[in-house]
Amino acid sequence: MKISRKLVLHFPPRIVEQPVINNLIKDYDLSFNILKASIIPNQEGYVVLELSGEQDKYDSGIKYITSAGVKIESLSHSVLRNEDRCTQCGVCVSVCPTKAFILDQKTRLVVFDNNRCVACGLCIKACPPRAMELHF
Amino acid sequence: MTKTVAEINEKIKSGKAVVATAEEIIGIAREKGLARTARDVDVVTTGTFGPMCSSGVYLNLGHSKPRIKLGGGRASLNDVPAYTGFAAADLMIGANALPDDDPRNRVHPGEFNYGGGHVIEELVAGKDVRLVASAYGTDCYPRKQLETLINIKDVNEAVMFNPRNAYQNYNVAVNASDKTIYTYMGILKPRMSNANFCSAGQLSPLLNDPEYKTIGIGTRIFLGGGTGYVAWNGTQHNPSVPRTEQGVPKRGAGTLAVIGDLKEMDPRWVVGISMLGYGVTLAVGIGVPIPILDEKVLEKTLVTDADILAPVVDYSKTYPQREPDVLAEVSYADLKTGSFKLLGKDVACASLSSYSRAIEIAATLKDWISSGRFMLTEPVAHLPGPDAGIVFKPLNERR
Repeated sequence: MKISRKLVLHFPPRIVEQPVINNLIKDYDLSFNILKASIIPNQEGYVVLELSGEQDKYDSGIKYITSAGVKIESLSHSVLRNEDRCTQCGVCVSVCPTKAFILDQKTRLVVFDNNRCVACGLCIKACPPRAMELHF
Repeated sequence: MTKTVAEINEKIKSGKAVVATAEEIIGIAREKGLARTARDVDVVTTGTFGPMCSSGVYLNLGHSKPRIKLGGGRASLNDVPAYTGFAAADLMIGANALPDDDPRNRVHPGEFNYGGGHVIEELVAGKDVRLVASAYGTDCYPRKQLETLINIKDVNEAVMFNPRNAYQNYNVAVNASDKTIYTYMGILKPRMSNANFCSAGQLSPLLNDPEYKTIGIGTRIFLGGGTGYVAWNGTQHNPSVPRTEQGVPKRGAGTLAVIGDLKEMDPRWVVGISMLGYGVTLAVGIGVPIPILDEKVLEKTLVTDADILAPVVDYSKTYPQREPDVLAEVSYADLKTGSFKLLGKDVACASLSSYSRAIEIAATLKDWISSGRFMLTEPVAHLPGPDAGIVFKPLNERR
């Protein structure tokens, strides 16, 4: 069975210079689409990517990068909305490039669909009450 | 048939008043007709929740021992400068005030993470706020330095006073330039790729009483979750703008100056906010009840989003250069679909004002009135109307 997941990979400084993603693709036959990345030599780095392939290969691939020292987080847990601060205005709706915020025409509430989110961070500073939080 | 405010108050007192929100009344009148609805319904409640930059709070802190004269000195609350032009123990803080060391727009667009609006929100939330003050010292007020935590529950008075709130209609902002701009109307992408608007439309207080027949000085209102009053017309109150046949202004028009006890307010309705590249401000919730005195008053509350037109203005050039051009007019019904046609092109749009919170305010006020907790007031004086001959003046510089 083929699966596809959006992940945040955290690279500790000691492995930033290793070709971990290259090995992941070559040895586990997975395909990837990088959505966002920040990798600086000798510093911690992160890559936000969508990883797809056969379930068993995906599982072994994840096992490999984990053993290589990469910390994995699901993207849907990385950008969160603080519901106490959100005032349901709608500024995020026009700022978001992936349409992760939808204004429900009936309730007039802003729905955040974090499966569409690619963690670009544009909403974080655009949000007037600063309700959007990036957790990586 | 006509009713008086006193008669409506009798019904409120006995728990028999019929109250509808400005949204609900549209359907009720459609079903029952104007005459019957005017007879049956006593009050229509409105609501709006959005950035209201011209907002502030004054405090009387109580006197320190020995005494200090803050008036003419300097003071800050959580590092945000407060105004000290009043008497010894009085301070005022404005929503847009920024700490002296805030980088502002030195790296553009500035983040503006904390300012007067946030201090006001923290006061309302009951958090301690740090007051630092210095004074020149007098025989009767010898103290020169003061640093202490203060809390809303300990000060004598904490009063919200907002010189301009609840704008009756507002611009729809777009950006016709080639680069992104950061405005008080939010982030505007180049080549008119998005538009932001800021009004509750058919729920907005002054759009339901467009000629200020019932809302006036002394009108009791929902302010920030507590009770407040209309104190005066707001600054820049401009009833003389073009109007539709039903009298609905097609531009930003009337405004309200409002006042209320901050101690009664709730941080859900008083929220410090940051506009990227612009500054800090305060989102405030306001709800105004409209007594249904007769069919004419009722008819005005039946306004729908389709009846209200807003001007589309270019914030890259027209607005900053104070040019009068309006690109187009668009209805709130169109704006609320999330996209509208502007000069032949589909433009995505979003609101700075929270419609779902506006609904909640109108519903809360309805509940207060229905349960007899909130009585209506008759205005002690009217706001200047379309016939008052008000001319909206620009600032003409001279030497």
